[in-house]
Amino acid sequence: MSRRTIKVDTLARVEGEGAMDIRITGDKVKDVKLRIYEPPRFFEAFLRGRMYSEAPDITARICGICPIAYMMSSVHAMEDIFGVTVGGPLRELRRLIYCGEWIESHALHIYLLHAPDFLGYESAVHMAKDYADVVKKGLRLKKAGNDIVRLVGGREIHPINVRVGGFYSVPSKAALGALRDELLWACDASEETVRWAAELPFPDFERDYEFVALQHPDEYPFNEGRLVSNKGLDIPISDFHEHIEEYHVEHSTSLHSRLRARGEYFVGPQARWALNYDKLTPRVKSLAEELGLGGITRNPFKSILIRGLETLYACEEAVRVIDAYEEPDAPYAAYEVKAGTGYGCTEAPRGICHHVYSVDGEGHITFARIAPPTAQNQPVIESDLRAYATKFMDLSNDDLQWQCEQAIRNYDPCISCSCHFLRVRVIREA
Amino acid sequence: MAAKRTRKPKLAVWKFASCDGCQLSLLDCEDELLAVTGQVDIAYFPEASREYIRGPYDLSLVEGSITTPHDAERIHKIRRQSKVLVTIGACATAGGIQALRNFGDVKEFTRLVYPSPQFIETLKKSTAIADHVFVDFELRGCPISKEQLVEVINAYLHGRKPAVPTHSVCVECKRRGTACVMVASGIPCMGPVTQAGCGALCPAYNRGCYGCFGPMETPNTPAASGAFSRLGMNEDGIIRTYRSFNAYAEAFRRESERHEPTNH
Repeated sequence: MSRRTIKVDTLARVEGEGAMDIRITGDKVKDVKLRIYEPPRFFEAFLRGRMYSEAPDITARICGICPIAYMMSSVHAMEDIFGVTVGGPLRELRRLIYCGEWIESHALHIYLLHAPDFLGYESAVHMAKDYADVVKKGLRLKKAGNDIVRLVGGREIHPINVRVGGFYSVPSKAALGALRDELLWACDASEETVRWAAELPFPDFERDYEFVALQHPDEYPFNEGRLVSNKGLDIPISDFHEHIEEYHVEHSTSLHSRLRARGEYFVGPQARWALNYDKLTPRVKSLAEELGLGGITRNPFKSILIRGLETLYACEEAVRVIDAYEEPDAPYAAYEVKAGTGYGCTEAPRGICHHVYSVDGEGHITFARIAPPTAQNQPVIESDLRAYATKFMDLSNDDLQWQCEQAIRNYDPCISCSCHFLRVRVIREA
Repeated sequence: MAAKRTRKPKLAVWKFASCDGCQLSLLDCEDELLAVTGQVDIAYFPEASREYIRGPYDLSLVEGSITTPHDAERIHKIRRQSKVLVTIGACATAGGIQALRNFGDVKEFTRLVYPSPQFIETLKKSTAIADHVFVDFELRGCPISKEQLVEVINAYLHGRKPAVPTHSVCVECKRRGTACVMVASGIPCMGPVTQAGCGALCPAYNRGCYGCFGPMETPNTPAASGAFSRLGMNEDGIIRTYRSFNAYAEAFRRESERHEPTNH
């Protein structure tokens, strides 16, 4: 029997550091390991003893790409403890800043991290030599998202303006209005992105996933909703740990997750899309249907298209919020600190980010538990690789290796979040 | 006469324990990115490219802190391959937020976070890169300022020293015309002891500075702590104020330790 070893020392174009081994013996994929050896940073431990009010700024530092997700999940959890509901323009501003994060993160992934795979370039910089206008459009789209985060949050990475109850300071109507023209351009650019990406070559690969995402009665989900799946999960976010088990495997410093009832599950844009399609705007839906993407898509390589469609949604939603915005009377809702346990779950660009905190009567955090999206996706990434390598075993080592890397990048993994370094190695043995 | 450049300088970006935000700052230079990549060869930057060009490198940017035995070895190899090594961000320059372990018991931390602590290999302390190897320049911030990053790259490409100020955030507030939040509103602010670089962002959004850029040159931390306690902050609050993203930077660490109960 044949024995082949394919080895990539560094899996690139992912956020963070991991490695990956695929062992093939004869015509069988014997073992797949997504090895994550990002040095642990112990956030849940050192959050103990900190004040509740520090949680958004501290947890933002888990991830440089999606700090808003951490800030939002933590403030919602604290508000759950104190029994305060943030509504009106403050709630809308939270949606707006989240739109900004989706736009910048999705544009980064589509253009700088994922598209080069489909076209056979090492990076977007290499790709720019032949596709200068495409890469420039991607950078401008990314910037349109970052402009929102910078205006509402203060800066793109680790924004400073988010607090429990709302914001430290709110933007004027005029300041938000200044973003409008660029966002209208961004709507068109997102549509062009989707049309352009639809022409890319997609491998024939579909799996029957269990998609898990937030679902809200009235809107495409960012900050609130119930946790649902296409296979019957329907729970309040407070029941997360009753239905989902986190477990520790030796090859990862990031805990894996599985549904106690059914095992691995898929979070991220394709999950949101599958479970909330009816909440999208007419423009997004008509574009999707024209391209045959209405409803569920089960090919993970098509995540690039769903990210593009979600970018269009986020641009349209941002314009809606800006147009309807009235400056609130106060930058944050008042609340009283009290002891208790609370839950926050929001949709990071790459999937649900679930937080649990307990605080004492003075507001000191006594317990913290965070389930980032990439940690939850690890098992499904491993089984995608197993299925992919099995189906496309006849490819040359170089092609199989590159396509397996691409299969990981389908998930826009954020390994800093989950913990970090991606290194792919395919080992074939007798 | 200056030597004629025959090839583009080679840039490498390395990562240790961090959130990736500082290296992302390079990709966040949306307007400058293609101009920068026109001037340098990106020889190693896994967050952005699969390409791996072997060293030596003209300029290495290092993000993250040293937290594992393996990383403590790896940084020496990187130093040997790098003509100029610049550390970027609070993790690389001060150990980062993960240096909070340095004040506690890392075994206890591991047990709290991981069900199988025996799988986890980690050092007792999270330390700055300069604690391990010679560093040519430290660029502060959590995250760094992308304008300062472009300045640093530009400076080293042209063989000059980067123009990065070491004065306090207060100077930036004055320049920006922001009223002092501590004097006018009684909000505790780390601005007087924190190095400039963010553009005095927090006071402009009506909150106190929380020290992302680490200690300024010659900070008077006891005076700042005195002001905090006059504003009603207790000792626990003062310790937490110094112990955040630059907790293990010398001046902040010493001041926080001065307020520990055993040191009274």
